[in-house]
Amino acid sequence: MDMSTTEVRPARASLFGSPALSAALPFLIIAVIAATLPLFAGGYWGVIATRACVYWVLAAGLNLVVGFAGQIAIGWVALLTVGAYTTSVLAAGNVMPAIDPFLALAIAGLVGAAFGVIVGLPALRLRTFYFAITTLGFATIVTQIVLAWASVTGGGVGVPGPVFPAPFDSQWGFYYLCLMVAAVCTWMTANIAGSRFGRALTAIRDAEVAAEASGIAKPKLLMLVFLFSGATAAIAGGLFASLQSYITPDAFTIELSVLFFIAILIGGRGSIVGPLLGTVLLTVLPEFAAPLVAWSTFLYAVLLLAIVLLMPGGIAELLDFKNRRPLESNRAIVPRPDLLARLLGQNQNADTLRLEQVALSFGGVRAIDGLDLTILPGQVHGLIGPNGSGKTTTLNVISGYYTPQGGTAKLKGVVLTQLAHHRRAHLRIARTFQTPRIVGEASVLENVMIGGTIDGRGTFVESLLALPRHWKDEKMLREIAMLALSAVGLEQLAAVRADRLQHSELRFIEIARALMLRPAFLLLDEPAAGLSAEEIRRLGALVVEISNNGTGVLLVEHHADLIFDICHHVTVLNLGKTLAAGTPAEIRSHREVVNAYLGG
Amino acid sequence: MVLSIVLSGLAIGSIYALIGIAYNVMYSASRVFSFTAGTLGMVGGILGSLFILRMGMPIWAGFLLALLGGAVLGVVTEIVAVRPVLKSLDQHLYVLSTLALALIVQQFAAIEWSTEPQPFPRIFPIERNAFDQQFWLPMIACAVTLVGLEILYRRTMLGHAFLAIAEDNYAARALGLPERNLRMASFAIAGTIGALAGFAGGQMLLAFFANAPMLTFYGFVPVALGGMGNNRGAVVAGIVLGLFQQAANFLVGGIFASVAVFTVFILVLLVRPEGLAGTAVGRRV
Repeated sequence: MDMSTTEVRPARASLFGSPALSAALPFLIIAVIAATLPLFAGGYWGVIATRACVYWVLAAGLNLVVGFAGQIAIGWVALLTVGAYTTSVLAAGNVMPAIDPFLALAIAGLVGAAFGVIVGLPALRLRTFYFAITTLGFATIVTQIVLAWASVTGGGVGVPGPVFPAPFDSQWGFYYLCLMVAAVCTWMTANIAGSRFGRALTAIRDAEVAAEASGIAKPKLLMLVFLFSGATAAIAGGLFASLQSYITPDAFTIELSVLFFIAILIGGRGSIVGPLLGTVLLTVLPEFAAPLVAWSTFLYAVLLLAIVLLMPGGIAELLDFKNRRPLESNRAIVPRPDLLARLLGQNQNADTLRLEQVALSFGGVRAIDGLDLTILPGQVHGLIGPNGSGKTTTLNVISGYYTPQGGTAKLKGVVLTQLAHHRRAHLRIARTFQTPRIVGEASVLENVMIGGTIDGRGTFVESLLALPRHWKDEKMLREIAMLALSAVGLEQLAAVRADRLQHSELRFIEIARALMLRPAFLLLDEPAAGLSAEEIRRLGALVVEISNNGTGVLLVEHHADLIFDICHHVTVLNLGKTLAAGTPAEIRSHREVVNAYLGG
Repeated sequence: MVLSIVLSGLAIGSIYALIGIAYNVMYSASRVFSFTAGTLGMVGGILGSLFILRMGMPIWAGFLLALLGGAVLGVVTEIVAVRPVLKSLDQHLYVLSTLALALIVQQFAAIEWSTEPQPFPRIFPIERNAFDQQFWLPMIACAVTLVGLEILYRRTMLGHAFLAIAEDNYAARALGLPERNLRMASFAIAGTIGALAGFAGGQMLLAFFANAPMLTFYGFVPVALGGMGNNRGAVVAGIVLGLFQQAANFLVGGIFASVAVFTVFILVLLVRPEGLAGTAVGRRV
């Protein structure tokens, strides 16, 4: 194929020339104001600004937990407490000879990372509200332990906070120290947000099953985020102790914890600049209205309620100008199946996906009753049948959401039913869903890039520090995702927020995301539902070309025409059993099928 | 000594159980856990003290008005923090909206009432003795509530409608049940039960704004351990929690009692996330 005919149109350039520059602009403005603050603000504002920096160090890390991963961690003040006391006690020499405050701060970071995992661990097992309550419990317990452990922490009397050596011992010197730490935290979290890890976190938040189908291991990723977030919270604690100059358990209230949490939500989920502004806003707000200080938590709570009910997108949505431009209203999806060869490459390790005697009942209902199914590479296998005949259930057995009571699903000698959900992506099994599972607040391109998460080579730490492999991964994923988007015909929408798209477009985005895996097997769950006749025809051509490139396709569908047009082999299910199986021509003339289902 | 541990354990456990039941009643009607559950208890205590001690009302009037206050807060919770976010239950916005409302009420109480615990009136003018009214009032309140709810749910048409909503929201609506009104009624009942907990336990817990987060946490423990939506389980788990906490209080001191309760809570949940009496629910894909 001539490569020059397969050029991919780039995403439309943004307002400020390059998208990277326009994304960095708000940060640059904030950085300039913060760096020049001593020139136009008095000493009192210096204290406020220092406090905002310290709060942001915590909130930046917490933002990955709350804003990106969507975990309702309300009691993060527990980690601030741990960090503040670890730093203070080590620097003051309460238990062992006093050590350098910077060393104490670093140790506090390590202790905080460990505690972050302990506080976060229940998130892997518990539902949302349960987890929220446990973090609240941790916040209460930590304060009580500090009170009781008077020999080390000074109990209710407290301990002096650490004093950092010159030049950080003056007020503005300490401000610049905190500003530097805050800037580094901003940079690191922005790196994560723009990496495959950040996208994976939003996928866990908004589309958990899609994340698993893309091979994202939730436990491992959340652990890394809790480690990082715990460390930044504890470092914020050390700086907080120094800022306070003397700390008692009273300083670490639930109200403070709620402030961090609310700052992030006011800022907007899945954004860095929004929560940053939210933190600054909540720190500064009480200063403008002295009589309101007592009412500050009340006001934060009112703000939170207002945000949740009226503007769930938060500040970030207000600032998102480019997604307010109207989209073309009569846009068409024009897939380019010719690009698939370049995208999918040659599928060398062709093998057969085999279901043998699979049986699954829900209570007394036999959803699948001894089903045999063989899906060959390079073929489209249609699965049809009336509602409740077990089509989607079969798909979910292959994907691992249901464990069959009998029989096995095997690929390359691996028994699928014994694998964790996310391991299937590593065997190059991809799928789409009956209801599209999309991260609405992320761009179309980012949604597609989620599909390629497991093909990145860089580690979490490499992304955190923006090391070369991080850039290589990003470039590779972006290129493949643009190719996949072009193949399904949506490349002109790459930069648009996914929740602005039409239903039919979301179906094609899901296919593009699945193609990112270069799947050996692709499971499509009613991909034609809600599509126009023309779109169904184009979908059919796309699926045929996918199979021509060596991928085995399992197509669950109600549109009989589509099935008979493109399938090599069709299985008809009824009440969880195979009613008929064969070529489309055989099925079309199968008397029972015609009577029961096609209504010939 | 053992007697006083058992009595105070049963009493405080009954209060936790009542808050747990308030959680359950709201959950059954809406599939929402509300952070306002403990706030309802705090409101019952503060309103009782406000009406009877500060405003000098008769005890029965103060009692009824305190319950009414709880019911109103329950309905407000439904209208302000639950109904608007029910459409997108899977986004868990209710956690945030109910938390915000709970904080609003709690902070308002702290500022307008007091940040210090205030005295709560004695309900019956009888001599103090070992088995004092401060212990048996919460127990009676808990027993009456449990029996009352059982009769409501099993014997009355209204109760059957509540159960239908709890069992299958869509089917109930398709049958023509006024789902929204039933949900508001449930929240009013939950509010009344929560306020009853605070009023009956007022002599133990006093009229104190910080009872809100405390009850929100300790009232949720019986729900989590007893299985959500299961009132009998909540009462058993609540009383076990109360006894365990008071015993630990006496044996190892208050702070480590809280640590012990919390540790047991976390460990049980990590081993059995669906609670000791609950059954696991599959997810829909």
